[in-house]
Amino acid sequence: MTDAPAPQDRDSTTAVHRVGNAARGVSYEEPLLFERSRPGRVGFELRELDVPAVDPAEVLGEAAIRSEVAGLPELSEVEVVRHFTRISTWNYAVDLGPYPLGSCTMKYNPKLNEVASRLPGFANAHPLQPEALSQGLLALIHELEQHLAEVSGMDRVSLQPAAGAQGELAGIMMIRAYHEQRGDRRSKVLIPDSAHGTNPASAALNGYDTVSVPSGPDGLLHPSAVAAAMSEDVAALMLTNPNTLGLFEEHIVEICEIVHAKGGLVYGDGANLNAILGIARPGDLGIDVMHFNLHKTFSTPHGGGGPGAGPVGVKHLLAPHLPVPVVRRQDESEGGGFTLDYEFPRSIGRLHGNFGNVGMLVRALAYIRSLGPAGLRRCAEMAVVNANYLLARLAEEYPPATRGHVMHECVLTDRRLEAHGVTTLDVAKRLIDHGYHPPTIYFPLIVPGALMIEPTESESLEGLDRLADALLDIAREAREEPERVRGAPHHTRLARLDETRAARRPILRWQPAGSE
Amino acid sequence: MRYVPNTEDEVRTMLERIGVPSLESLFSRIPARLRLDRPLALPRGAGEQEVLGALEALARRNACLDTHRYFLGAGVYPHFIPTAIDALASRSEFYTSYTPYQPEISQGTLQTIFEWQTMIAGLTGLDVANASMYDGASATAEAALMAMRVTRRPKVVVSAGLHPHTREVLETYLDGPGGKIVAAARGPDGRSEGVGALVDDETACVIVQNPSFFGVIEDVGDAAKSAHACGALAIVTVPEALSLALLRAPGALGADIVCGEAQSFGVPMSFGGPHLGFLAARERHVRQMPGRLVGETVDARGKRGFVLTLSTREQHIRRDRATSNICTNQGLMLLRATIYLALLGARGLRELAVQNLALAEYARSRIRATPGLELPFSAPVFNEFVVRVADSAPAALARALEAGIVGGLDLAPFAEDLGPAILVCTTELVSRADIDALVAALAGDPR
Ligand SMILES: Cc1ncc(COP(=O)(O)O)c(C=O)c1O
Repeated sequence: MTDAPAPQDRDSTTAVHRVGNAARGVSYEEPLLFERSRPGRVGFELRELDVPAVDPAEVLGEAAIRSEVAGLPELSEVEVVRHFTRISTWNYAVDLGPYPLGSCTMKYNPKLNEVASRLPGFANAHPLQPEALSQGLLALIHELEQHLAEVSGMDRVSLQPAAGAQGELAGIMMIRAYHEQRGDRRSKVLIPDSAHGTNPASAALNGYDTVSVPSGPDGLLHPSAVAAAMSEDVAALMLTNPNTLGLFEEHIVEICEIVHAKGGLVYGDGANLNAILGIARPGDLGIDVMHFNLHKTFSTPHGGGGPGAGPVGVKHLLAPHLPVPVVRRQDESEGGGFTLDYEFPRSIGRLHGNFGNVGMLVRALAYIRSLGPAGLRRCAEMAVVNANYLLARLAEEYPPATRGHVMHECVLTDRRLEAHGVTTLDVAKRLIDHGYHPPTIYFPLIVPGALMIEPTESESLEGLDRLADALLDIAREAREEPERVRGAPHHTRLARLDETRAARRPILRWQPAGSE
Repeated sequence: MRYVPNTEDEVRTMLERIGVPSLESLFSRIPARLRLDRPLALPRGAGEQEVLGALEALARRNACLDTHRYFLGAGVYPHFIPTAIDALASRSEFYTSYTPYQPEISQGTLQTIFEWQTMIAGLTGLDVANASMYDGASATAEAALMAMRVTRRPKVVVSAGLHPHTREVLETYLDGPGGKIVAAARGPDGRSEGVGALVDDETACVIVQNPSFFGVIEDVGDAAKSAHACGALAIVTVPEALSLALLRAPGALGADIVCGEAQSFGVPMSFGGPHLGFLAARERHVRQMPGRLVGETVDARGKRGFVLTLSTREQHIRRDRATSNICTNQGLMLLRATIYLALLGARGLRELAVQNLALAEYARSRIRATPGLELPFSAPVFNEFVVRVADSAPAALARALEAGIVGGLDLAPFAEDLGPAILVCTTELVSRADIDALVAALAGDPR
């Protein structure tokens, strides 16, 4: 957001052009592709075939082939381009303005990274082509592994996991392999009650029972709570640091010692690494294995839901269990260059059909090369300043869930709005009228009415001021005309959507009228 | 720092408002002994020109479609990508947004996913498709886990031609939940043999890869019957989604879950990722499906719109009892594939599939006519097949490379019993002249 006028709308549902950050005058209607379809239209012409044509029924047998392809529309290129261009304008995006979705680190996605990932030598290379023809890519993978190891203080890194949750899966698998190889069968994983849902889900996929550890009233994990839950049946503690309340886990060293003393390992969810880049390293704090979210910390775009990349970093004790293949630099005696190593008998195996989301790795390397050590640290500092600035401006109207300063995000509450019958969801939807993507809401689960705000380092002072003004305006509105907040959003193409109806009577694909 | 707007002056203003004397004090809750006391040992930061230059140098050290002709598939297929796809997928509104948690400002993404779900339902012959999995391999593993949940049984029977990498990923994923994998043997014609004999009342599912790793088209209907006879589910995993345009829909042949890799639909090979796993199922199993689903609904004024739905299956609600741990998926690849399918349409997609088939038939006819080369398998194929060479596979591939051709995959690490064999794939990116050159190089005839 740049020079949009300040919010002034009070009563009109039509003054779209005057509202806050949402200075949009034209809104398009656009049907589904299938409803636009007209028999005979084509959107692509094939090359001319220079070998004899074949009759598929003859080659494959009548029984093996289908008579028609169902479910696809017929459209010209013009219509396809207009369709997707039009519906794209129904999306909010980082390139339109602040996207303070807590825990997701919606920072700016540099354009350089996009250009780099599309270089033909990266985008048009095949993962199974001979190693000798892939030395640039293997070098890139190797270099990024080294950089992530340095940033995190871990000893080894695998870039294979396709997203954070797959990194968690890999990490817990390595922990399980480590225990099993020592003949130690353990059945539980400890997870703080403030954790992201992927943590317990990843532990359960490994056959572990999860045990929830309560956070203290200060939002921190306390050694006493961990000690009470810890036993020789616990394989690991999964923790997120900074945690999902935006707080640095101050007792982490002691907590890791408690877990280690009973033979357990500590998994670090690195989703919030952005806050400590160049300031502290998980590996120096006692973490044994962690994942990175390159789509958060290292600026690769979120793509409307993905792809991401979720590399895992480990300490030496888990390195024998890393996923295969591993990229290895060869000695001069072996001919130099890089090779793919499959010789890890204690590896957890393969997680991905190839080497992971390589296109995202290219972007992350471009980012690290652009920022360097000073730039990365600057990101952490600015992310923290921005979060604390918003906290300072909003704390009175939206009482924070925690006391004191925070790291990269702050968790506020709707406590003061309750009396007016206004919910967190209402605030979120009203913020849309002001031209913003709402924060994460109702997470972490331990905070009733949570608004989790992560501005990231990408936002400017005046941008944050406007966002804070909008939220304060909504708080005032909640007192003075709460029905206005409850009915939001008013200025979007669609009003609030009925999610209950969608779940009660699921319609999960388009069908021609009258077909069912 | 070009990606961080605030200046030192502005930072001072903010620190004042926060009420701290310095930036340092914001980090005071990190105990001093835990702080890094040196700069990270990374290359210094650099401007765009330098960074791009360095990455271009790395990019130039790889062979790619722009430097070589490719007959290499094996799960990742070189296809032409219509230019409109990059133009549209480069729109910031698509690629700089996230999971559509707030439907009122995410209808572009939500409508696209709904369109994708409809297209995949049509192509697979099933009712419901999800909003993507990481890749074909993890989609296959998730399908197996889903079948284990539905049937509460541990055993998974796989076809002889399951891609070895998919097999490895399946093993990795099934290890924790205690799944057991049993593989069918490969018959002389290249297809799986004796699947039925492996299925019993412990079996959760039969997974058939079609076309197989060796390119042959399997008897899906027969495998599905064997599965159903014992109360197991039939899963078909499709490595080359283009084949769906030509082959009978797996759903029509009895498959209960169809999953696979849709990279062929407008997604660059990109050294193996990001690609696009898909997964479709029958309506009665929808509550056991992994991943996100988009459904149609109405807004408060009665207007049609789309939302994420049935999310009580997912990790953010169900936590340790979720159907999967997946959160971030492959959304942007789904957008690319949806645009691809919209451009090609039913007719274009089918014609393209027939072209791929014709190129394979031409190549096979040339190979049959060439002394020293053999086609070990007699079962029909789509756009990929095995060639046996007279001398050695590495030598034959080296000859191809001299002619500027990445000639296929040496099968020695995967199927030693085949002798010197190469897996060759023909897509619309190769011409008759390319095929002739490949055949000559593989045969070793001096030209
Ligand atoms: C704290 C936390 N952990 C884990 C994840 C999972 O990461 P991903 O979505 O990349 O799988 C997320 C984000 O989605 C997160 O916020």
